[in-house]
Amino acid sequence: MASSIRVRATSNGDITEVQALIQHPMDTGLVKDPKGELIPAHYIQQLKFEWNGKDVFVADWGTAVSKDPYVKFSFKGAKKGDELKISWTDNKGGSDTTTAKIA
Amino acid sequence: MTTTTGPVATRRLILQGAASVALLGLGNLPFTATSARAAANDKYPEEAFKQKNEADAIKALYGKTAEPSDKVKLDAPEIAENGGVVPVSVTTTLDKVSSISFLVAENPYALAASYKIAEGTIPAIANRLKMAKSTKLVAIVEADGKLYSATKEVKVTVGGCGG
Repeated sequence: MASSIRVRATSNGDITEVQALIQHPMDTGLVKDPKGELIPAHYIQQLKFEWNGKDVFVADWGTAVSKDPYVKFSFKGAKKGDELKISWTDNKGGSDTTTAKIA
Repeated sequence: MTTTTGPVATRRLILQGAASVALLGLGNLPFTATSARAAANDKYPEEAFKQKNEADAIKALYGKTAEPSDKVKLDAPEIAENGGVVPVSVTTTLDKVSSISFLVAENPYALAASYKIAEGTIPAIANRLKMAKSTKLVAIVEADGKLYSATKEVKVTVGGCGG
């Protein structure tokens, strides 16, 4: 199965810019389906970016993060070709992990 | 040997003293202490995300209050046509940033997202949030142990809670 995580990490001198797009419904648990039944909450709670054995960026998310979440940040120290590990876990115990090469 | 026992014994005493002070401190502040620790370590801050209003969420997450600062720059559209996807970003010129959070005051649960910033990570984040209706948007930056905030009003044409 294709990964739910799409990452672009580009190095520009000492700074690496990371953009990530994740496929996830991010259901709030407050919305009803067409039959009038509540769609249970299903959302990513934690998303981690790990480089060189260290968490460079950790996102804690609630239900107010949009469907198919997007996030962008930058960090210092990495070089081209380094690996960035990205992983998420959701409130139903689901998870996914991928690694991206910094370009 | 006698020359070394002296300093070692003193150091042990000091450590013991520090440890008991730390324990006492935690015992005295059961609620704020646990939430402050939750923000400091890797655990998901479940309680903070359950708070309905923004002040309670900030308190549950950080255990302190924020002061407005013009060093926190919050960027969001003035009018969001689709409340389901509102691009929001924050940057700051503050030093020693350890955390950045976004709160949407009028949402059923105010806290939207909270980010931990490691040393070497640049305190600038862009993400996309849902907004139930026109609302005040708050960004909190934790820098050098203190909280700073920026706010912005966002007008929402179609709320982000529709089915």
